[in-house]
Amino acid sequence: MGASSTSERLTTALQEISSNVRNMKQMEYFVLCRRTNQIKEELRQGVRKSYREVIDVSWGDPHRAGVKPLSFVRQVLAACLYPQLMDGDKLMGDVKERAQRLLRTCAGGSVGSYSDIAGIPQIVQSVSEYIVRRDGGVPCHPKNIYITPGSQWALTNILKVLVNSEASPRTGVLIPVPCHSTTIISLTALGAVAVPYYLREERSWALEVEELQRALESAKGVCNPVALYIINPGNPAGYVQSRKCMQEVIRFAAEKKLFLLADEVYQDCVYGKESEFVSYKRVLAEIGAPLSDTVELASFHTASKGLMGECGLRAGYVELVNLDPAVMKYIHKLFSTNTCPVLGQIALDVMVNPPQPGDPSYPLYLKETQHIRASLAENVRRVEEVINSIPSFSCQSLEGGAFAFPRVFLQPKAIERAKEAGLQPDTFYCMRLLEEAGVLFSPGTEYGQKEGTYHIRFCIMTPTDTMEEILKRLSTFHKQFMKEFS
Amino acid sequence: MRSVLEVNRRVRGIRDPVNLQSLAAQISQQIAQGEQKAFTKVIDLSSCDPHRTGMQPISFVRQVLSMCCYPELLKEESFPLDVKQKTQKLLEACNGGSIGSYSSSTAGLPPIRRSVAEFLTRRDGGINSNPEDIIFSSGSQKTLAMMIRLLSHEDGQTQTGVLAPLPCPHTLPMLLDERGVKLVPYRLLENRGWALDLEELHRALMTARRQCDPRAIYISNPGNPTGHVQDRETIEKIIHFAASERLVLLVEEVYQDSVFGQDKEFLSYKKVLFEMGVSYSEKVEMASFHSISTAIMGECGLRGGYMELINLDPAVKKFLFHPSCSPSILPQLAMEIMANPPAPGDASYEKFTQEVLLRAETLSQNAGRACKLLNALPGMSCQPAMGGVFLYPRLHLPAEIIEEAKKLQLSADVLYCQRLLEEEGICLGPGCENGHNDENFHIRLCVLAPPAVLEDVLTRLCSFHRHLLNRPD
Repeated sequence: MGASSTSERLTTALQEISSNVRNMKQMEYFVLCRRTNQIKEELRQGVRKSYREVIDVSWGDPHRAGVKPLSFVRQVLAACLYPQLMDGDKLMGDVKERAQRLLRTCAGGSVGSYSDIAGIPQIVQSVSEYIVRRDGGVPCHPKNIYITPGSQWALTNILKVLVNSEASPRTGVLIPVPCHSTTIISLTALGAVAVPYYLREERSWALEVEELQRALESAKGVCNPVALYIINPGNPAGYVQSRKCMQEVIRFAAEKKLFLLADEVYQDCVYGKESEFVSYKRVLAEIGAPLSDTVELASFHTASKGLMGECGLRAGYVELVNLDPAVMKYIHKLFSTNTCPVLGQIALDVMVNPPQPGDPSYPLYLKETQHIRASLAENVRRVEEVINSIPSFSCQSLEGGAFAFPRVFLQPKAIERAKEAGLQPDTFYCMRLLEEAGVLFSPGTEYGQKEGTYHIRFCIMTPTDTMEEILKRLSTFHKQFMKEFS
Repeated sequence: MRSVLEVNRRVRGIRDPVNLQSLAAQISQQIAQGEQKAFTKVIDLSSCDPHRTGMQPISFVRQVLSMCCYPELLKEESFPLDVKQKTQKLLEACNGGSIGSYSSSTAGLPPIRRSVAEFLTRRDGGINSNPEDIIFSSGSQKTLAMMIRLLSHEDGQTQTGVLAPLPCPHTLPMLLDERGVKLVPYRLLENRGWALDLEELHRALMTARRQCDPRAIYISNPGNPTGHVQDRETIEKIIHFAASERLVLLVEEVYQDSVFGQDKEFLSYKKVLFEMGVSYSEKVEMASFHSISTAIMGECGLRGGYMELINLDPAVKKFLFHPSCSPSILPQLAMEIMANPPAPGDASYEKFTQEVLLRAETLSQNAGRACKLLNALPGMSCQPAMGGVFLYPRLHLPAEIIEEAKKLQLSADVLYCQRLLEEEGICLGPGCENGHNDENFHIRLCVLAPPAVLEDVLTRLCSFHRHLLNRPD
């Protein structure tokens, strides 16, 4: 385009964009991403560095890190896309049977047709049956389930219903610190106020009701809190909440009339020896009436996380509990603006109904999932071992989720240098780690943290040798970094 | 429990959809449960969803996508070489070589953006397209919604307005409602093949300025649902209008690959803009939208589209890169195939070309046949379509029907469509969804279907229509 100055632009309309949009924090990630792309280009052009490739573990993206997709789901997807594949013996019987069954649920027998708003009914049914099994028999009504293009999209749309951007005071939503960044950005864009409640790092990131109470108090006169957002298992911190904690949270939400938003996308990634995932729905049901009939709950899940890791397919779902039917009508309208890709829905069906013992594909499925679980367990062990042995680095025990979120104790000189560079201290650390060791992590600033503390986040769902390499490069870098700024 | 009153006012303001699909689903359910009807299944031609009606996907596209999902297939001898080569190229563009990985940028995979930029440059005769200005998403509606969000004011301030054609795509009104933006219609001229009238544009703008703060003008070319294809002169006039009135141009060009009217051709707004010289090409702000839900590919269920931004302030553009909008991978790959189809000499070239040609011919013939039949009906008149996938005939209904509709608190076109659905199992779109909510009744019919299916639909529609007109209940 021409090089005319902005002031000569014919319409200035776009410069007056809404302040809600303008206030959306630019992610720290972008500056790191730009540099990563540059470095990759430099490597491609033969520039010499102490590493041959950049290892990117900044997102929860197992395939990017080298984890292989599960064969069964990919075979089913391939067969659905190109049914001629099912001729002959290229694919196993259960793959064909699943693909044929799912294609029959698609209009015109094609994954290229539009689907129903809430998702293909048979798949919604499958999801609801999965939820019942998962929750030990607690009933689940298909009409309370919406399959969506990703769990974040579903969350944003529920928030649209709850957040009243015209109101004074503005709507508030309690969010954990640390919390993954996309939620924070969504809230800002909607004109809501994020009310932080701090998880207690020293107690493995425990959620304490006293802290919820304090957060709520702090909102007085600032905003009107309507919802409580929980992430369990955690992201970025790798905790799994105890039943007791969840009961307290539910009682608190009931007492303060808060809508519970339960982000449970990592429910399939639990590895802590004492940990077990229980859904908020189940705990709510177990508490019994009247709470079980009145506390409003939205729980989110996705095909992007867990063992499948199919982030690129964009498929998730939300289950809505105890909502006024009249309010559900509005939710339905919002959800009708964008349906989940059919292929994503198919992946979801496989996720909630994987191959069972006796099925031809089961042995391979078992082998692949066991391998991923074993790698994850090994990675967890090594990460905790290595990080906790490095001075000025500490990591809470990892119980679930896909990330490690260790704390790094930066020296005053390093913090000073960061300021000079115009970067947050942990972003500065990540930038140097990238430059010198070719490893891309994500800075704690992105997620919120207690003032004066610094953290880094990295995905631990990687092949084991990749994790070894990461830990090796990290250790070497860290020692040098600490020495430089001592 | 939260009550309706506590629901965000803007959400409460979203209009109710007409929702014939719900009735259609009920009827399908009844048939499945063994109820006897005059038809064996419901045929839905109210939106462009070609696979639903039986149109086949393009083989090359499906072979490549399938192989990208399950790269083990690369070892299969039965697949043509160019399918394998394309698959390898596309997988290289994906992070971790997997379609299950996130895009590296929220705007889409960089190599795909480059490919699409090259395609656009070729399409527009050499006018350069910058990959950085291309943003992928889950469809043209999504990218449009992103742009609208950028343009709209917060609640509590003067409402933002968007000029939109009457009739407009049936998905547009709800989209604008959801964004809290006012739709200000500019009427297209039915008796001139739904052409755009500049005076009407000016009138609409003046009306808009009294009611809201108009920021953009929305264009659909080839027109949805009108089938009108704009000529160069019209496009230039609109660009000039947008320039002088400081409106952002939002140009939906999803049906650009389906132009069949005689002596008609698709001209992209971008091309015309650049050929108007720097006083326009460096200033007019524009976003043009495309998707894979086109007539030829028809991959609506895959959910993929992109927009190209022109002359947007970089300081503003960055707000379009929102992390929660990470686009799905497979549709991006499908888009790349659309941008770089098999070339002469490639193993799949002949088959691909045949399929595409057949599709285009089917559409053209269907549009012609349907228009002819509908115009032969009393009480119906239909402008011929020059492009796109819809016909949008006008209903001249007897007073009795209109009265009956009023008593039922329905718009007469909705009543018409309901009756048609109940009696013949055919689901068409009522014109009120396209913005016609006065006594100017229309129906919307997608003609992209296998000829036998369309013929069946037309026969039954004609029979229903004649019967309705002779039967003033």
